[in-house]
Amino acid sequence: MTDTTTNAPAAAEHGPVPLPPSVARLLVAVGAVGTIASAFLSWTWTSDFPGDLTVYGYPAGLQILALVGGVLTLLFGLTLWDVKWLRWLNPANSTSPVLLTALSAFAVCWFTGIAITVDLGGLVNLDPGAFVAMAASALPVVGALALPHPAPGTGIRGYLAKPQLPAPGKASPLTERIVITVGVALALVTFTYGIGIDNDASETFIGYLLLLVFAAWGLMHTGLVDRFATTAAHHKGFASALAFAAAVIFPFTQSDDHNANVGVNILIFATVALGLNIVVGLTGLLDLGYVAFLGVGAYAAALVSGSEYSRFSGVHFPFWAAALTGMAASLVFGVLIGAPTLRLRGDYLAIVTLGFGEIFRITVNNLDGTSGPNITRGPNGITQIPDLNIFGFNLGESHNILGFSLGRFANYLFLMLIVTAIVVLVFTRAADSRIGRSWIAIREDETAATAMGINGFRVKLIAFALGASLAGLAGSVMAHVNYSVNPQPYQFAGAAPPNSAFLLAAVVLGGMGTVSGPLLGASVLYLVPEKLQFLQNYELFAFGVALIVLMRFRPEGIIANRRRQLEFHETGQLDVPTQTTLSDDPAVTKAGA
Amino acid sequence: MTTPVLEARDVTMRFGGLTAVRSVDFTVNSGEIVGLIGPNGAGKTTFFNCLTGLYVPTEGTVSYQGKVLPPKPHLVTQAGIARTFQNIRLFANMTVLENVLVGRHTRTKEGLWSALLRGPGFRKAEKESEAKAMELLEFIGLAAKRDHLARNLPYGEQRKLEIARALASEPGLLLLDEPTAGMNPQETRATEDLVFAIRDKGIAVLVIEHDMRFIFNLCDRVAVLVQGEKLVEGTSDVVQADERVVAAYLGEPFEGDPGAAEAAEVEAAEATAEAEGAESAEPADSAETAEPADSAATTDTVESTEADSTTKGEAQ
Repeated sequence: MTDTTTNAPAAAEHGPVPLPPSVARLLVAVGAVGTIASAFLSWTWTSDFPGDLTVYGYPAGLQILALVGGVLTLLFGLTLWDVKWLRWLNPANSTSPVLLTALSAFAVCWFTGIAITVDLGGLVNLDPGAFVAMAASALPVVGALALPHPAPGTGIRGYLAKPQLPAPGKASPLTERIVITVGVALALVTFTYGIGIDNDASETFIGYLLLLVFAAWGLMHTGLVDRFATTAAHHKGFASALAFAAAVIFPFTQSDDHNANVGVNILIFATVALGLNIVVGLTGLLDLGYVAFLGVGAYAAALVSGSEYSRFSGVHFPFWAAALTGMAASLVFGVLIGAPTLRLRGDYLAIVTLGFGEIFRITVNNLDGTSGPNITRGPNGITQIPDLNIFGFNLGESHNILGFSLGRFANYLFLMLIVTAIVVLVFTRAADSRIGRSWIAIREDETAATAMGINGFRVKLIAFALGASLAGLAGSVMAHVNYSVNPQPYQFAGAAPPNSAFLLAAVVLGGMGTVSGPLLGASVLYLVPEKLQFLQNYELFAFGVALIVLMRFRPEGIIANRRRQLEFHETGQLDVPTQTTLSDDPAVTKAGA
Repeated sequence: MTTPVLEARDVTMRFGGLTAVRSVDFTVNSGEIVGLIGPNGAGKTTFFNCLTGLYVPTEGTVSYQGKVLPPKPHLVTQAGIARTFQNIRLFANMTVLENVLVGRHTRTKEGLWSALLRGPGFRKAEKESEAKAMELLEFIGLAAKRDHLARNLPYGEQRKLEIARALASEPGLLLLDEPTAGMNPQETRATEDLVFAIRDKGIAVLVIEHDMRFIFNLCDRVAVLVQGEKLVEGTSDVVQADERVVAAYLGEPFEGDPGAAEAAEVEAAEATAEAEGAESAEPADSAETAEPADSAATTDTVESTEADSTTKGEAQ
């Protein structure tokens, strides 16, 4: 970048590319339109490249992503002309959202071009459409760099810093609800598209991630994400009901039960992460063996499931009893582990829980009849767990509802949704209460908390036991979803979730102490290894790199708890509530919690 | 008025071979403000920690309103003793209101189940807690900042918030560990008024402080702790007049000690300069001449130490 050489005050007016603003704006718009148009052209001659980009007039795969990127760029580009009905898109009238959305289209197009060249061996494989896309998508980036610099004098860094946003105007409750509905619908479409990408089409998924990251970044810079979060916090009940509804709709949008299977596994993973969030995010206890509680729940439920390979094959509990058994077993295990270890602090607790987690797996491995009594059948595990039957509704069979055929995994998805909803409810209610405050107080300063009359050990044990029993609940469903339980997944670190390291990563990545954070973190951490099969051998490496990058640039996680955000970024007085009057809605404060 | 709230009997605290507190007997009566002073390292904070259960005294007992306290901090707080810390220990990432609500922990009962079920009892208790907490925030003047994070409050307000948090546990005795450390004179004055207001609520107060003017303005009774032992206890006048206290703070002059003689010389010189006396400063070559000058200037020296400590506090 040559911006460092142009330090004259006049040069600070525009970005590193010396073009008049009118030309810059035109470049953005023309480039965006060109990108959109290019999506309807053929990008390559063969359908060997995933997603079939060969058809004229019908965008597919990465072309759809380029199209979305182009539309976003166009929308934000048009805000530069001060179009009245688009002003809400970019209230700060800032350059950086334009640049970031332009980058999203640019990244998708260029990634596709390069991927086609590399995959198929040579530039010959590119059709003219791909060149059009690459050229057109580069124009808005150049244009955006010629626009007024968002923070003069800060160089390229200025584009990455979030601009100052004007205070949001008042909207009527109805408008706010419509906004929430649209937001949730968009999220559902985005998620459904991502989950629907074929497992072999890693290129499409990478393009999806690129688009998502840049577009989300751009939206964050417009302040729309913050406004949406505030609005959703104002209508908490409505927003959560809608999110639940969206999750219920999801199986109906899928023709293939495989995606419902992915959905169920994400939900199980997310629910356990949410349970871990009570222990790690709220109480500040670093538990590295948490997956053991999931295992205890799964094994307990499997043992009473009526499977002929269970030690107690005659016992066949109904689901509610099996779930309670799983919870109770995990609870007991949690208290047994917690009681001696919770007297330790910090790193010592982490090491001890890590040890206990491994002890669980090894013990289960050894209870096979040769090394110890036969309870768990060792590495073979308990298999052929019968499907659940709730009130005569067999979850193992396909059902036709409203003309939609819902398969086995869709049924379990609904069951798991209820479980997740329960866990979310438990989490939010516990967090916003006397006991939740004492957890946070212990996380903040244990000595001061005990001096305020909090029985630290007792309160920590409650958190530990609650987290454990929620994991046990999820485990009891998981045993049925997977037909079998075996010791293999319940380790500290592995290539695929759930394991303790991934669970912890889901919490940290998503945002500690929040509800949506672990849900999002779990989705990302489950989908990325699932969709990027070619990474197989480098999965843990990529995972490590991703974590380091995230901790460097956004240590509070994707979804920031207000507290965390302030903890990691010295923002001075920025958190001061807009109104200091007593009527200030406390919901805003707890937007993250 | 003179029923004892806090009685420490023969409290001794040893860390290995080091005796930080040596058989201290100490009483705080209801409605009293008692000061605890002593040079750095005298064991004041250790003694505080023994009182509040953070340390288990090696020997001796602490009783509150006639009942022996178990050495567990949360049980001590539950019994009715609240404290603040020498280095502010707020819950930095909680809001001002939440900090005070945490202080209400011992006075509320709602457990996990009631939090999950959210019955009417839970709502009522939460509402009451919040009302009480807001009352306290108004008392210390932070009601308008209820939704601010504690870490973003200015220093003086953090100190106040810590006091409010301690008061939220409805204590019968409040222990303040250097409440004015690092404050400017105006803030110190405000803290003084605050402590009087707390006393007027019927709460006995025990204060550790280095600011002598603050202590002697405030306290009905002052105890001096030196090297783990209680040296003197009494009203401000008694303590200020005690030579041993001065000696503990400034070091003891003894015969033939050139250091003491020099110090006395300087003091005498200062005294004469201050008095604008026409007499020239005579070199005090014997300890005998230094002694009376010293005792006569006791109040002066105490004041000078106070000046010392305030500057020290401000430098912190």
